[in-house]
Amino acid sequence: MTELIHGLYTEGAPIHDTKAPNGPIQTKWPTRQFEARLVNPANRRKLRVVVIGTGLAGASAAATLGEAGYVVKSFCFQDSPRRAHSIAAQGGINATKNYMEDGDSVYRLFYDTVKGGDYRARENNVYRLAEVSANIIDQCVAQGVPFAREYGGLLDNRSFGGVQVSRTFYARGQTGQQLLIGAYQSLERQVASGGVEMFTRHEMLELVVVDGRARGVIVRDLVSGEIETHLADAVVLASGGYGNVFYLSTNAMGSNVTASWRAHRKGAYMANPCYTQIHPTCIPVSGDHQSKLTLMSESLRNDGRIWVPKRREDCDKDPRDIPEEDRDYYLERIYPAFGNLVPRDIASRQAKNVCDEGRGVGPVVGDFRRGVYLDFADAIARLGRESVEEQYGNLFDMYARITGEDPYAVPMRIYPAVHYVMGGLWVDYDLESTIPGLYVTGEANFSDHGANRLGASALMQGLADGYFVLPNTIRDYLAGGPYPAVEDDHPDVVAAREAVANRVQALLSIDGTRSVDSFHKELGTIMWEYCGMERSEEGLAKAIDLIRSLREEFWRNVRVLGSAETLNQSLEKAGRVADFLELGELMCIDALHRRESCGGHFRAESQTADGEALRHDDEYAYVAAWEYTPGERGDRASMGPPVLHKEDLVYEFIELKQRSYK
Amino acid sequence: MDITLKVWRQTGPDDKGGLVTYDVPDISPDMSFLEMLDVLNERLNDEGKEPIAFDSDCREGICGMCGLMISGEAHGPERTTTCQLHMRSFADGDTITVEPWRADPFPVIKDLVVDRSAFDRIIQAGGFITVNTGAAPDAHATPVPKANAERAFVAAECIGCGACVAACPNASGMLFMGAKVTHLAELPQGQPERMSRVVSMVAQHDAEGFGGCTNIGECTAACPKEIPQDVISTLNRDLRSALRHQS
Repeated sequence: MTELIHGLYTEGAPIHDTKAPNGPIQTKWPTRQFEARLVNPANRRKLRVVVIGTGLAGASAAATLGEAGYVVKSFCFQDSPRRAHSIAAQGGINATKNYMEDGDSVYRLFYDTVKGGDYRARENNVYRLAEVSANIIDQCVAQGVPFAREYGGLLDNRSFGGVQVSRTFYARGQTGQQLLIGAYQSLERQVASGGVEMFTRHEMLELVVVDGRARGVIVRDLVSGEIETHLADAVVLASGGYGNVFYLSTNAMGSNVTASWRAHRKGAYMANPCYTQIHPTCIPVSGDHQSKLTLMSESLRNDGRIWVPKRREDCDKDPRDIPEEDRDYYLERIYPAFGNLVPRDIASRQAKNVCDEGRGVGPVVGDFRRGVYLDFADAIARLGRESVEEQYGNLFDMYARITGEDPYAVPMRIYPAVHYVMGGLWVDYDLESTIPGLYVTGEANFSDHGANRLGASALMQGLADGYFVLPNTIRDYLAGGPYPAVEDDHPDVVAAREAVANRVQALLSIDGTRSVDSFHKELGTIMWEYCGMERSEEGLAKAIDLIRSLREEFWRNVRVLGSAETLNQSLEKAGRVADFLELGELMCIDALHRRESCGGHFRAESQTADGEALRHDDEYAYVAAWEYTPGERGDRASMGPPVLHKEDLVYEFIELKQRSYK
Repeated sequence: MDITLKVWRQTGPDDKGGLVTYDVPDISPDMSFLEMLDVLNERLNDEGKEPIAFDSDCREGICGMCGLMISGEAHGPERTTTCQLHMRSFADGDTITVEPWRADPFPVIKDLVVDRSAFDRIIQAGGFITVNTGAAPDAHATPVPKANAERAFVAAECIGCGACVAACPNASGMLFMGAKVTHLAELPQGQPERMSRVVSMVAQHDAEGFGGCTNIGECTAACPKEIPQDVISTLNRDLRSALRHQS
């Protein structure tokens, strides 16, 4: 074996995206669409595609492939494809329609996204995303998505996420819901016409790889417990992000890494796993019982002022009794130019800093207070209560329902929470992973957001991938099929099925003393403490040790009751947490190896004199794609040192700069 | 605060099922109702008893996956989803009955988990606009009057949780179906299939075993998204026109 670096990983051959054509950036996507081979309609009926997940990226892909005439099977773990977590997105979706005639263009969206990602995204993919964004709006309107409109009947736009143009389309605070229902209805139309076969309450637990190609999946029917085999010519993972590795996040309870992680273990590289987005305006934790966190739109920062007491001894007081001179409006103090409107990563980190100093407010959770005030008193005085109610009423109501406090009378309390992951499975320009025939779309891949994602661009990416990119690239692979017939009794298929059955039995037979949730919570605490808003060499090394021993204990001492033959929610969670316990280690290794700060990845050792993120483009302008290796001991808790493959990021069109908001 | 729960336990579709009483002491009024059930489930697991099965996912009131009958009311005493209901809505010492949605078209899978796939099949019957990917004209080619767009939006807010069916003495799915019919009927894009859509959806609704609407209004009262009852008027009007044109 090659020598271990930092005692943790080895480095392998560099990796390259070989699919993007050469030439000017404007011609790459049209060229690729032309060069990708076609499949004639009669042959499409012989080609089978499995799609995992029914969020924006999965439902749109399954519906579009079904319309094209491929034989599609779609899977989700929820009771209906309409539940997928894309539904919870609030703000909006970006597109370069330039309906506002305010100077927007494909190139400007491309530029904003690469810069917002702190120069760690791949130019070719981002340019294509900006190119197809306008088509998404046309498609959604045709489906009946009720976007906000002007009195003339045309679509309204708003500005979002700190850019200087208004390119965000929205449907009140429920844009994700409306877009997902549009995709869901298209999917159900295909289910009705036989283009797509739908499997709800089914969870993918293994990828089938035969002769080096992805050839299907092993899933568990969550109601009957039956382990099923679904073979195909290609597999698409649209299984979302893994923010729940932190236990508390704004993700849905069921959001998990299992589909991606199973593919990773079968040879798909995981790229930039440490890039995590932590959103500054979430409702704080109220106690140990907390099961998830709720986001409130960052539009609140337009009129609310963020502060904490100057002195620790004031943290207990009623905020209304703390006089102006004893308050620290720290964002306005540190960033006079941007004030409360600094980007998400900066607002989050400064909130953590003041709470770490002991100046947080609200209940003590763990060992200190985790909250800062978001105060609308000035806005109410200036604009009147009615105007504030009109703009923010639904958010104030939500806050009141969750906390039981009246935000018109008492300042709101907010705290950052894990919200999105920019990392994910490595894909090339075609969205194909390192396993031929395995494609990855939406939040599950890594490709478009670099080290930080801008607001209103997750919805854009999910639908761009599913409606317009994947269906045009996967056909090049499918044109090489149908691939040699594989039967259910092929040794590799049998092995995959047995691996799933054995793992399920292993989880049920440990019969230890600790619940799955208790392990998940402990993992989340480790990740938040050492791999959250600020990371350091020492902390990450410690986290890796802690995670390893927690994983050992899990496989020795977890208690999962019930049987494998019925609906068993503890068993479902146990499998997901087991995978989080492996992912967490890889995230820490990735964070440890990247000795620079960029976007959502802040390394304490790499900051400017005044405490801002400092990139090292000479050393780290690359994508870190990690290859899995099995542990030498061979037991379930052991993992081998991963192999790092670097994909150099080449900026041909955009110049790299240091961000500044002062 | 201390409460007593009477929870419906049923091992599977063929089990008769029944209420089981649990004391749940020392809970915080800031917990959500589902977090209170999480706490109970952790305790049951520690005691070697199988936890209570219930559905939930986003826990922020939008995915529609959660839904419990709480002391006889769909989603409990507040007009919100079960996941957004908090224990401060109850008093110390309360006894709370927790049951699954009760309706023949929503068979119980286990404990508090029901099968709502009938809703998906109603959408499959016509709750969509037929347009293939890539076949759409420019979004501004078809203006939509603001008032129509607003009403379409209000109807489209339905989260498909099933509270309307659970609350209705007839187990009618008319509010759910009316919401989808109205959403698409208000938009120019929805006109070409407007008549065939309503006929197919109503046929599927009836075939699934949902009952008819008798204007009681429990559906709207229980709806966490406050879908107005007049979507059922739109549904009935469109159905009447469709049937007249058909004959």
